[in-house]
Amino acid sequence: MTNRRRASVASTAEAKPHPPGDYPVVVVGSGPGGLQAAYVLKHLGIDHAVISADPSPGGMFRRFPFFQRLLSWTKPHAPYPQKTREYEWYDWNSLLAVEPENRSLMPPLMDGTSEFPSRPEMEAGLSAFAGQAGIRIRHDTRWEATSRDGDRFIVHTADGDYRAKVVIFAVGVAQPWTPSTPGVEHVAHYVDTREASSYRGKRLFIIGKQNSGFELASGLLHWASRIILASPRPATLSVNLHSLAGVRARYVQPWEDSNLGGGCFILNASIERIERHEDGITVHTRRSDNGEPFMAEVDEVIAATGFQAPLGDLTELGVTVFGQSRLPAMTNFYESATVPGMYFAGTIGQGVAGLKKFGIPANSGAVHGARYNTRLMAEHVAETHFGWVRERPVIRHEDAADFLLTEATTAPELWNQKSYLARAISRGSGGTLHDEGIVSLADFVDSGGPDAIAITIETDDTGDIHPAVYVRRRGRVDGDARLDGSPLHEYRTTAHRRELLSLARGVIRGS
Amino acid sequence: MNQEEVVDALAGLSLFADLRRPQLEAAAHTFSEESFAPGQRILRQGFQGTGFYVILDGEVSVQIDGKDRARLGKGDFFGEMSILLGEPPVADIVALGALHALHLSGPELQGFLQQNPAVMYRMLQSVARRLRNANRWGN
Repeated sequence: MTNRRRASVASTAEAKPHPPGDYPVVVVGSGPGGLQAAYVLKHLGIDHAVISADPSPGGMFRRFPFFQRLLSWTKPHAPYPQKTREYEWYDWNSLLAVEPENRSLMPPLMDGTSEFPSRPEMEAGLSAFAGQAGIRIRHDTRWEATSRDGDRFIVHTADGDYRAKVVIFAVGVAQPWTPSTPGVEHVAHYVDTREASSYRGKRLFIIGKQNSGFELASGLLHWASRIILASPRPATLSVNLHSLAGVRARYVQPWEDSNLGGGCFILNASIERIERHEDGITVHTRRSDNGEPFMAEVDEVIAATGFQAPLGDLTELGVTVFGQSRLPAMTNFYESATVPGMYFAGTIGQGVAGLKKFGIPANSGAVHGARYNTRLMAEHVAETHFGWVRERPVIRHEDAADFLLTEATTAPELWNQKSYLARAISRGSGGTLHDEGIVSLADFVDSGGPDAIAITIETDDTGDIHPAVYVRRRGRVDGDARLDGSPLHEYRTTAHRRELLSLARGVIRGS
Repeated sequence: MNQEEVVDALAGLSLFADLRRPQLEAAAHTFSEESFAPGQRILRQGFQGTGFYVILDGEVSVQIDGKDRARLGKGDFFGEMSILLGEPPVADIVALGALHALHLSGPELQGFLQQNPAVMYRMLQSVARRLRNANRWGN
C-alpha cells in the first residue's frame, strides 16, 4: 500500500470509526448522554462503538433551545475552583471527567454575558469534550432497526449491522408530540417556530404552559400583538415548587404581563378543536374551572406540547414504555425493566422516578442530573457485564461522620440529584467501614445488603433544604431521618455530627 | 399513555366518575404517570414525604413489617392517608408485577381535592368502606 493510500485509509477510519461488526457494547447517540456514557466506558476500559445519525456531537443542542439560550447555569465564579468535583454543582453544563483537563469545559467557552450558556456555546462545549476526551463517534450512521440473535442485540444501520450483548440508547427525549385535537393540522409544533420577527403584529395562541410554552411567549412578547397561553391545568412556577418542574424564573415575564392585563393571557382550558377560516384561526376551548366554552380568534397556533423518546422499534422487542413522553420502564440502573441488557442514557433516565420525596422530582431531564445517572448506569454495566470491580476504600470509624457531612455540604451529585443519589458507607465483616461511592437512593433503600448508612440532600414540603439520612440494618431501611437545615447549607458542624452519629448507632462505631 | 389516553383511563375509574371532560383533562395534566418494576416499593413504611397514587394497570401488595395484608388493583388508590395525616405510611406498597400508576405529590393533593369535591366525596366513601371493613375484621 502506498503512503498516500495508507494515509487515506487511516483518515477514513478516523472520520468513520467503529465499522459495523461485533462489539461488547454499542452506544447509540452523540448528545450529552451518549458522550457521557462513552466517556465512562472508555475510562473503565470497556470496548464499545458509538454511532450517531448526526454529523457532529451535541444531540438536541445542535438545534435547541429555540431562542438559543439554555436554562441551566454555569457560574464562572463559585465557592470552589473550576476543575474540582465540588464546582460541578455550579456548572450544570459540563460533562463529567476524571482528568482535570477534561473537566469544566464550559466556562472558558462562554462569552461572559450570561451564566446561562448560549446554544452554540453548549454545542461547542460538547464537541470539545468529545475531542479532548478522545471519544470516537461514527457520525452519519443512523440507527434504523433493532433485532435479537440469541444473547446479542443487532443494531441495524445503513452502514451495516452492529452486534452487542449490551446496547445503550442515548437518543434523548426530543421527538415532537402534538395531541390529536381536531384541526391539529393548522398547528405548528414548537420545533417549527420561525424566526421571531416573522410573528410581528400576530395574534398567537400557544398550547401548553410548561417551560417550552413560556419560552416561546417570552421570546415573542416583543413581536406578537397578543399571546394566549392555554392548557387544562394551571401553570406552576419553579420557585413555588422548589424544583425545575415548574416554569423557570427566566420565563416569568409573560405571567407578569398576564397578571397586569398587558396583552398576554393565561387560560386554564382544554382545546376542543381548531378551525381555519379566511381571516385567521378560531380555537375552540372549554374552560377547566366552569366547563364553559371559550373561543379565541388568532393568526397562528403553536403547540408547546412536549416531546417523546424516539425509541423506534424497541417496543417490538418487548420494551415497555409509559407516559406522555413514551419513556421506557427501567430499573434503578436504567436497564429496560422488560428487556435485560438494553440500557438508556441521558435524559431518557427521567423515567426512573426515584423516591420523589415531597413530590419533588430529580433533575434527570437535564444534563446536570442526567450526567450522574449515566455515569451510574455505565459503571453498573461495567460491573455486572464485564467484571469491573468498584473500589471501596476503607473509612475509619472516627472519620465516617465528617466524611458524610462533607459530602452533604459539597457533593455535586447530592445537590444536583436531591433525594435521588446518595453517598453510602457500608459496614463489612469485622465492622470495617467501606465507602460505597455515589449510589441510587431507591436501590439503597429497597435492595437490601449489609448494614450501611446513606446521606443525601432533600427539600421538604416547607422548602427547607437539609441532609437526610437512611440507615440499613439487617437488610432493611425502616425510615428516613432529616438533619437540621442550615442557613448557608453548611452541615460540617458539631451539632450535625452529634445528630448523625446518634442515627448511625450500630453502623458507625462510637455513635 | 399519552394525555388523551390518560383522560380516557380516568373516565373509567370510579374515583373520577363524576368529573366532566374538561375536569378530567385538567386532572390528566395534573397527575404524572409512573412505571414500577415487579417487586419495587412504591410507598415505604416509615418514610416521610410520600405521594398519592392511582393504579392504572397492575396489582400491588400492602405489606406491614414485610407481611402481606391486602391487595389493590386497577382503579384503587393509596397514599392519601399519610398525606392527610401528615405522617409516614404505616405499610409498604409493593408492585406485584409491572405497574402503571398516576402520581400526585402530597402538597398537590389538598389543592386537587378542594378543586374537585366530587373526587373528595368518592375518596371519603372509599375510606369509609375501608374503615368499616377494618372494624368488621377487628370484631
